Amino acid sequence: MKPRPPTPASIPTKLTVNFVLPYKSEIDNKEVDMVIVPATTGQMGVLPGHVATITELKPGVLSVHEGNDVTKYFVSSGFAFVHANSVADIVAVEAVPVDQIDPSLVQKGLAEFTAKLGSASTDLEKAEAQIGVDVHSALNAALAG
Amino acid sequence: MAMAVLRREGRRVLLSSPSPAAAMAARSPAVSQPEIAPLGARSISTQVVRNRMKSVKNIQKITKAMKMVAASKLRAVQIRTENSRGLWQPFTALLGDAPNVDVKKNVIVAITSDKGLCGGINSTSVKVSKALHKLTSGPEKESKYVILGEKGKVQLIRDSKQSIEMTVSELQKNPINYTQIAVLADDILKNVKFDALRVVFNKFESVISFKPTMTTILSPEVMEKESESGGKVGDLDSYEIEGGETKSEILQNLTEFQFSCVLYNGALENACSELGARMSAMDSSSRNAGDMLDRLTLTYNRTRQASITTELIEIISGASALEG
Repeated sequence: MKPRPPTPASIPTKLTVNFVLPYKSEIDNKEVDMVIVPATTGQMGVLPGHVATITELKPGVLSVHEGNDVTKYFVSSGFAFVHANSVADIVAVEAVPVDQIDPSLVQKGLAEFTAKLGSASTDLEKAEAQIGVDVHSALNAALAG
Repeated sequence: MAMAVLRREGRRVLLSSPSPAAAMAARSPAVSQPEIAPLGARSISTQVVRNRMKSVKNIQKITKAMKMVAASKLRAVQIRTENSRGLWQPFTALLGDAPNVDVKKNVIVAITSDKGLCGGINSTSVKVSKALHKLTSGPEKESKYVILGEKGKVQLIRDSKQSIEMTVSELQKNPINYTQIAVLADDILKNVKFDALRVVFNKFESVISFKPTMTTILSPEVMEKESESGGKVGDLDSYEIEGGETKSEILQNLTEFQFSCVLYNGALENACSELGARMSAMDSSSRNAGDMLDRLTLTYNRTRQASITTELIEIISGASALEG
């Protein structure tokens, strides 16, 4: 592994981002202006010079801003680490570009899991259905936004 | 008359000292004895050599096929392995790697293969695990094994049966995917108590080389303690931790996620090394079989020639005896 750069004295203008998935390194050491990550506490914008943070991710939209280009991914879950040297590491279990999501399937899945949540009898079933509903509503919101 | 004497003589010789061909037959039970040297035969039977040549040729065919299979599988696994290498790096950047951390409960997760015929990768894994076990066990400390793969289990069960906590096999029945490994990691985390997990696997370098590698994963409690005392896990305290109820909850999620990611990469690296090692092992055994076949062919042809020469001599001398 490449050694990470030391913390610079002044805040750099760009943020270095690593975005990895189990099957791929989606973004590798790329300099961007800003990323917005779906933290469990709410959307979190990360600019260069952000305070060092560890945060868990929830299903939601990760957007990478680079000049006028914005790349949007839908991530399922994972972790984001922001280091003091303006390097952000994002580890996700699964991520897809938002424009590859099929809206009709999302609606169908949402209806399915809502029905399941209504008919769930055990705690496990309930929790599973709740996760399904959460993910699909987040997908829905991502498509709407 | 003379022929009959000779024939009897021949039989006696045959009975008193078994020919080399007979000795070879004893090694390969597939060939029954009377076939090799029929009674009264003067020439040496080449049957055994022929059979041996056939079996060597078959073995060579098998090893060649295994090499081809390993090579074609390797290509796919290698790409997946290289893609998965990014996965553990953020964790190491954040937490560092602390192989020399001194804790009470060590659990060694040895990743080995299910199938053999792949050179020394399983014995390297086992050797490193054993050395680690020796290093980490002591008074007031304990060290346990979690073994993935049939071959490591077979090797470790012989002398450290009582330290084996759990074994998992058939990891590679389907191509390794993250979901499967996450379930496995969950299983290990639920059933094994640990202060430090040490994942041992063979890191893939190239088709002919792999490096035994260890990654250390600390339990959330140990991690918190180490980071507070400014120990070996980086400056975790300088990070703001967001979300979750408490810091320890997030740390627990973090370490569990780290373990699944490291295990995923480790399993892939090991699978890749296994295929590479199998490829080179099968390549050298095909070459050995080829060499052996050449030697056998030489012996066979020489013997055949010798027997033809003998027969010719017999015929000619018989004819000249009649003339004279």
